[in-house]
Amino acid sequence: MTSSTLSKIRVILSILVLILFVSVFVDFRHLIPDKYINAITFIQFVPSGFKLFYIGIIAAAGFIVVLLLTLITGRTYCSFLCPLGILQDVFSRTGGRIKKRFRRFGFKKPHTVLRYGLLAITLIVTLIWGIYFLTLLEPYSIFGRFMTYFLKPVVLILNNFLSGLLGKFDIYTLVNTPVTNFPLLIYAIPSAFLILVVIMSFSRGRLYCNTICPVGTFLGLISKISIFRIKFDEVKCTRCGRCSLACKSSCIDFLNHDVDISRCVDCFNCLKSCPDKALSYGLVTIRKKEIEIDNERRKLIAGSVLLFLGLSNSSSGQNTVVPKPTKASTVRENRKYPVCPPGSTGLANFTKKCIACSLCISVCPNNVLIPSLKEYGISGIMQPRLDYHKSFCTYECIRCLDVCPTGAIMPLALEAKKLTQLGKAVFIKDNCIVNTEKTACGACSESCPTKAVHMVPFEGKLVIPETKDEICIGCGHCEFACPTTPYKAIFVDGNPEHKAAKKPENVQSDKKKPVEFPF
Amino acid sequence: MLSVLIIIYDIKHLTNCEYTTYILHRIIKKKRIFRNLKKGKAIKMKRRDFFKKSIGAGLAAGAAISLGGYDKLWHTTSLPTGFDMVAIMGGKPDSMFDLGIQELGGIGTFVRKGQKVLVKPNIGWDRTPENAANTNPLLVKRIVEHCLRAGASEVYVFDHTCDNWVNCYKNSGIEKYAKDAGAKIVPANSESYYQEVSITGGKILKNAKVHQIVLEADVFINVPVLKDHSSTRMTCCLKNMMGVVWDRGYWHKNNLDQCIADYASYIKKPALNIIDCYNVMTKNGPQGVSKEDIVNMQSMIITTDWVAGDAAAAKMLSLNPSDINYISMAHKMGIGNMNLESLNIKRIKM
Repeated sequence: MTSSTLSKIRVILSILVLILFVSVFVDFRHLIPDKYINAITFIQFVPSGFKLFYIGIIAAAGFIVVLLLTLITGRTYCSFLCPLGILQDVFSRTGGRIKKRFRRFGFKKPHTVLRYGLLAITLIVTLIWGIYFLTLLEPYSIFGRFMTYFLKPVVLILNNFLSGLLGKFDIYTLVNTPVTNFPLLIYAIPSAFLILVVIMSFSRGRLYCNTICPVGTFLGLISKISIFRIKFDEVKCTRCGRCSLACKSSCIDFLNHDVDISRCVDCFNCLKSCPDKALSYGLVTIRKKEIEIDNERRKLIAGSVLLFLGLSNSSSGQNTVVPKPTKASTVRENRKYPVCPPGSTGLANFTKKCIACSLCISVCPNNVLIPSLKEYGISGIMQPRLDYHKSFCTYECIRCLDVCPTGAIMPLALEAKKLTQLGKAVFIKDNCIVNTEKTACGACSESCPTKAVHMVPFEGKLVIPETKDEICIGCGHCEFACPTTPYKAIFVDGNPEHKAAKKPENVQSDKKKPVEFPF
Repeated sequence: MLSVLIIIYDIKHLTNCEYTTYILHRIIKKKRIFRNLKKGKAIKMKRRDFFKKSIGAGLAAGAAISLGGYDKLWHTTSLPTGFDMVAIMGGKPDSMFDLGIQELGGIGTFVRKGQKVLVKPNIGWDRTPENAANTNPLLVKRIVEHCLRAGASEVYVFDHTCDNWVNCYKNSGIEKYAKDAGAKIVPANSESYYQEVSITGGKILKNAKVHQIVLEADVFINVPVLKDHSSTRMTCCLKNMMGVVWDRGYWHKNNLDQCIADYASYIKKPALNIIDCYNVMTKNGPQGVSKEDIVNMQSMIITTDWVAGDAAAAKMLSLNPSDINYISMAHKMGIGNMNLESLNIKRIKM
């Protein structure tokens, strides 16, 4: 295989992967079936790693595949499969196109302390305290958030503009889809990372992947023993330095004929750039590198200890996963716990496993899932919760359960989901229209899919809602439908641990088919 | 960072592209007026056309209200065949409609060649047809077919659903059946499809945001399904109108019964109400819990007077029409007649 073919294959495949990922996240018409979404996300390293850790080998085929792939071919994952990596290539290429001087490629020394330090901290924090540090840095979820928070609204606005135009001509193939607004503060973290990633990739290619990204660093460690790698033919090489300038990872030291394999993402651009065909991708040839590794190890330990000391204080204060109940006021909704998605079994389990990639937020047909701000505690920022003031969890749907790549939301059969109690409806009589205005309403009862909220006789002809806890599934349709403001007259208080709801009982109607017209 | 936040803030304001659509609308409107002015008599022609249409479709409501006391007038609006209402029993939804509409002189009495027709079923819930939470899809299909055969230029079908609209349209079967018959399925999921109108006859409900198709259509056919209802006791013709407005919460908040009656006084009334009583949800309405709630009544009521239609439908559920607040309110406001004894009803058993 010639060198330029390899690089072409890389470009084509990675563009394909990027298109797939982008379409999964911005598919607001929900055209892509869940099983295809799973097929696309299963190979993502950290999500499938979580499945390995919490569920077992079978569910985590993707993780094993990536490990093996890295052992054999090096960090091909970063170039072919990581959506954030590919996105950075796009940025980097655009940067190069706009202005040549943006690009500052060429061999650079690795930021050894920083990258291994960050990896160590991520690992330690994740193993001991919780997932939040990984959530911040993990490339797949960063990419997911970029798509859900930034690209999807843009696509929706375009779509709404076009659908408005087409609507004037009586064409309704495009449907106006309102953009879901998240709390403004939520955008801060993805915005910061977007700026960071854009700046880093514009000028320095894969700098983010080789300094900050914990997955990149981890795979870099493994790729040090990979079988296939980029090699120099020292006889052919004229030391022109073109390869070094073409290298996005700044890892080719052409003067010493050395490629830093831990940073090389196998983009194959160097192969293409070499006029003398001195570079090739093939089976490893053993070289001695003993001393250098030793040095790196020393730096690694020192760095991680330093960074760890510096940052451990801030992370130890974030232990409270479940927020404490707030003080009750007579008509304010006294929500003790937020509501987390069905299939997540409970708050503790959910906040432990969710990396806030926001895929569920994107696929939710009802837009009830929104990133939390502080409902799960500060550490659970951006993890999705169900916001019943915005929407409700529709009865006949298990989409978020089907697509979750980490297993934070476990799949359930539709019938089982319909009997999972996420929370309980709580009725506040003092807020209710029927009580305060003495007029009929019943919006809550009308929307209840199980009739856990039913109407009982009140004053005169009026009927007033009453709740039946054991058949309530906490879908929040009642809360959503309740017309009172600012506080609802009925709201769902989350269950910290999801419970099983009873199946609503029903008896045959006593009315008979009329034989004669009753009028 | 700041600029990004500002952009996001802007996006929040442009959510539905309301502004762009608004501007476009203004441009298109201006052009239209300009063109009409050039032609001179174009506007007059249109107005005459409108009156012809409205008389043809039995929509003399505006004039009637201005004369005062619609209660006395409504007798004169009976149909060419002399019937105010046709009730059919004992068949499938489509064959009952075929028979019933024939008694009223065919759909051509209401739909003229080249007219735009709105068929408004109840598609409120994400339930399958056998659960009868939505209008029977077979009936919707047959109505659309009749309209197109009568020469309708376009037949629109939509509902502002309570559940997720995509699932409602799909799982109710109505999307597929209506499309197969040649109707145009219109979304109603976003506020941008609605336009503010004033309801002059309303006591509480003075304004409402109404779906643009209601305003555009020449003929409006209401196709509710009869169901039990948790708070208003039953839902049928009048309550089906909650699916053409955007802000239902306002109705719930401000005397639901009165708002339902108020909206019925709005000028764009259905020319025909076709009540699906094939499978009737007799309890746990309007969504139903399981099939135990359903009674297979195999009936249908077709009428031009929707208050009378609701009164007859109430009797199908063995309720007294005067016990349903919004029916008596609408009767008192002169929207229709709930006294079934004074009506000329054709009853057919198949």
